[in-house]
Amino acid sequence: MLLVLEQTLNGLQLGVMLFLMAAGLTLISGIMNFINLAHGSLYMLGAYLCATVAQSTGSFLLGIAVALPGTAVVAMLLEAAALGRLYDRDHLDQVLATFGLILFFNELVKIVWGAQPIFLDAPAWLQGTVELVPGAPYPAYRLAILVVGLLVALGLYLLIAKTRVGMLIRAGASNREMVGALGVDIRRLYTLVFGLGAMLAALAGLMAGPIYAVQVGMGENILILAFVVILVGLVDTLGRAFLPTLLKIAFDPATAGAVGASVASMAIYIFMAAILAWRPTGLFGGHA
Amino acid sequence: MLRRTVPLAILLALLVALPTVAETAGRGWWTGVATNILIFALAAGSLNLILGFGGLVSFGHAAFFGTGAYVVGILGFHADRGTPVVTWPVELPGTYQALIAWPLAMLAAGLLALLIGLVCLRTRGLYFIMITLAFAQMIYFFFVGLEAYGGDDGLSLWQRSELPGLDLGDDVQFYYLVLALAVAAFALKQRVVDSRFGVALRGARDNDRRMRALGFDTQRTRLAAFTLAGAVAGLAGALIANQTEFVSPSFLAWQRSGELLIMVILGGIGSILGPALGAAAFLLLEEVLAAWTEHWMIVLGPLLLLVVLFAKRGLWGLLERPLGTRAEVPRD
Repeated sequence: MLLVLEQTLNGLQLGVMLFLMAAGLTLISGIMNFINLAHGSLYMLGAYLCATVAQSTGSFLLGIAVALPGTAVVAMLLEAAALGRLYDRDHLDQVLATFGLILFFNELVKIVWGAQPIFLDAPAWLQGTVELVPGAPYPAYRLAILVVGLLVALGLYLLIAKTRVGMLIRAGASNREMVGALGVDIRRLYTLVFGLGAMLAALAGLMAGPIYAVQVGMGENILILAFVVILVGLVDTLGRAFLPTLLKIAFDPATAGAVGASVASMAIYIFMAAILAWRPTGLFGGHA
Repeated sequence: MLRRTVPLAILLALLVALPTVAETAGRGWWTGVATNILIFALAAGSLNLILGFGGLVSFGHAAFFGTGAYVVGILGFHADRGTPVVTWPVELPGTYQALIAWPLAMLAAGLLALLIGLVCLRTRGLYFIMITLAFAQMIYFFFVGLEAYGGDDGLSLWQRSELPGLDLGDDVQFYYLVLALAVAAFALKQRVVDSRFGVALRGARDNDRRMRALGFDTQRTRLAAFTLAGAVAGLAGALIANQTEFVSPSFLAWQRSGELLIMVILGGIGSILGPALGAAAFLLLEEVLAAWTEHWMIVLGPLLLLVVLFAKRGLWGLLERPLGTRAEVPRD
């Protein structure tokens, strides 16, 4: 019973990462109709920036304070210089251009930080354990990830539903030409949304740092899993991004113990295939 | 007509003469490089059938390529040890026979493409890209999990496939066989594209609704093209397993799928020979850049971005521009 609880919590952490990734991807694809494969590179960049600052200053919080805006700035510069030109091009162009960026970022990280994984320790004040139920200590850091995930979900909801920027984002998602025609600087809105998505990816990456290794290509697997999450839910509104993520938890670490590793790593994809064969538009029937 | 056949004949003559020239120049390894290029040309050409002519951006083509490679690898593995591949319902021994292993590789890859296509083709646009990528990743993890066949590390082959009358272990003879297969495949592709089926495929790409109104089952056309492309990629995989005498899950990694896409774009999407040109350009660029710096990816990545931004028609488009023909560019 305790094991199941622990596995579920572990699954939820991956769920939080996937939620942050899927939310960013959905924001960007929903508003700019842009598929950003380099989203995983931003995840990696966030982790590396945070690890570097945390190692040299000893403060995880300072690492976060540098990594989040740092990644956002890199992403916004990229968007303004190159990617922004691709919004009106077909998806193939977007895939290839962002694939090129992945190659670039992986190699850049290899040159700057080396090919070996680097380590990022959880902040000292989160290194203890918490007893959720008596007799079952659980790492505080992992619990903190869940809390952050919930807070970000809430924050995103408030941002999208309650603020002026959120209103523009929603308007842009339904008809971007019209928003532009109404006198909104749509280019600036795009850049802003891109930066916001990058920040979410960086947050996921730096939180993953202490649990998984900070290494070259760390963002690629999670990117593909985030695609699966999007596909299964076909997330068209942000609120829905969290639901399929919850489904995902049942499938990764918990199943790994029960069946062979091969089937476990395939399970989520088989699940996706089954769902899509049954309902091509995803569980919640968005528009394909 | 002449404008097309004369350059093609010259190209073919150059390819036929290549091993001899390489030998005389004392650079025998050129033949190996050329074999590699021809194999990837075959794989990229098969992708172009669905990408360029079908308008389907498949990001999982390496899955079929790798599956073909693994069929040859696994059959060889069992032939080497004299153990059966399966014992139930009938006992099947392993084999090195190309005439058995290669068609099986095509069959397995084609069947896989049929199954994956059945699910994937129900989606469009962005979702099609994501779902083909996800399925390829699933097949990748399947082979990573096959501990009996080396898992993550892959499988070394002790010899190449056997074909009566030829010694495939000889690099030059193997090169000529690959060349013959590649030429046959590209000729077949030209016929397929020009056939009624090919016209229906392009029609479905350009205006699906109109084609359906005309009574074409566009979904089935696309599925047939997807399956055919998968089978040809499987053949390319069988050849690469022979060329490298090694198979591993890295053949199916999603970066491989991306590289195949790059080859198609670099060469010129929607042209028959473009992908071959792209494969040659990509692999030669890799050779040159890798000799220059170990971090060649840092050059390749931005280069790719520039090609996408400014040279969408690819190398073939540059070659053809003087002739004034319009390049075909797929839409989503």
